Amino acid sequence: MIPLAQEIAIRVGDLSYAYPDGTVALSGVNLVVRRGESLGVLGPNGAGKSTLALHLNGILTGDGQVEIMGLPVNKKNMREIRGMVGLVFQDPDDQLFSPTVREDVAFGPLNQRLPPEQVAHAVSLALDWVGMEGSENRSPHHMSFGEKKRVSLATVLSMNPEILVLDEPVANLDPRGRRSFIELINSFKATKMVITHDLEMVRETCRRIVIMDEGRIAADGQAQAVLADSDLLYRHGLL
Amino acid sequence: MHHDFIDRYSRLESPVHALDPRAKALALFTLLVVCVTTPPGEWWAFCIYAAVVVIIATASGVPAGYLLSRVLVVVPFILVVAVFLPFMHKGGGFVDLGLFHVSRGGLVILWNVTVKSLIAVSCLILLSSTTPFSDLMHGFERLHVPRFFTVVPAFMYRYVFIIVDEAERMKRARDSRNYRGKWLWQAKAVGHMIASLFIRSHERAERVFLAMSARGFDGTFPRSREMIMRPADYAFIVIVAATAVAGRLVVLWK
Repeated sequence: MIPLAQEIAIRVGDLSYAYPDGTVALSGVNLVVRRGESLGVLGPNGAGKSTLALHLNGILTGDGQVEIMGLPVNKKNMREIRGMVGLVFQDPDDQLFSPTVREDVAFGPLNQRLPPEQVAHAVSLALDWVGMEGSENRSPHHMSFGEKKRVSLATVLSMNPEILVLDEPVANLDPRGRRSFIELINSFKATKMVITHDLEMVRETCRRIVIMDEGRIAADGQAQAVLADSDLLYRHGLL
Repeated sequence: MHHDFIDRYSRLESPVHALDPRAKALALFTLLVVCVTTPPGEWWAFCIYAAVVVIIATASGVPAGYLLSRVLVVVPFILVVAVFLPFMHKGGGFVDLGLFHVSRGGLVILWNVTVKSLIAVSCLILLSSTTPFSDLMHGFERLHVPRFFTVVPAFMYRYVFIIVDEAERMKRARDSRNYRGKWLWQAKAVGHMIASLFIRSHERAERVFLAMSARGFDGTFPRSREMIMRPADYAFIVIVAATAVAGRLVVLWK
């Protein structure tokens, strides 16, 4: 079943990438994600999951094609692409660099050159969404890890992305923080890609799963089917 | 972990806190320049400058003890630089202090250095204790201070605590393995810690930049908010600057 072009959110064609020191991170990745799909990318450490994510908005460019909502990822389309793909990094201290929450959540919309009223609106919507309204003037350093994670998500939601890419979204969160963050992820209805090696979390957030190992897609299928295949999971170091 | 911010008390509510950061910066900077260009013998002028500082400090509601402790931080530097001057200097005749004779010219220089640095530092501490750091940087930006001087401190303010935390964690991990730091050969461990702290910070800088790029950063920082100078802000600049200049001129005419 080949999806129609307008149904496709992400198309990655024969993508390969090696880091400057020669480490091969991706070798011939092919992946198509439909709009509205929730995709879990599972894989052991060093499988190339995060490298793949960095290609989706052109931070890294390897050999091969990447298209987002039909637009090829290249210099010319960069601003549009980065507005469409919201990347949430694993460590919230990497994501939150501003002295106050407001400035950080406004950073993306301001880079999109939105007028000030729209920026303010986007900031308050995003903070409401993640349940951090009223924290606009706080400094990220004084917040708990869970709060920082929520604000990191808000910094990307404020750009109103079509695709949300989350790198290890619940790593290091306590059970309660984890539960509420998973609910938050599930409340985002557009296309999602969750990068992780956390099987439980992926079961709760994704309907489709690909397994990556050694820079390749090793398996692709319905979440239930993939998670039930313990041989497969064991082979790729996930069990 | 708890850290003492340099802009502690900067979020109080007071007439001084409510002023535009630019107004405070300009007014206090004027006071500072007038103060350091005043000849050392003009006692009354210095009293007027100090009075202005005290009035602003009182109006700001920042605890006096806190301000004082911050200001006194500079005292050791003054001591190191200037305390020997009365003994070394050869001009202006001598003053008999019982045990020694000291140079009058040297004493004047010591007084001059001390009073000017105390007043100057008070101005800066007042500025940073009544203005949140980020607003201060925005204010400087509006005053066309080069970007480098506003962006670098803003990042430092954000990340210095993370680096301190990281160093603290490394230190704990090191001490848990029975490190005492008593012997010279153990200095090597400190060297390694500094190096790895540097590399970690460098890598973090890289990741922060990636996260910024992912949100469309193209090298120019967006302006996040408008600042408006109100009549009170202009009035503050004029009053402080005029008082300082008046103090200086009155003494000249005498």
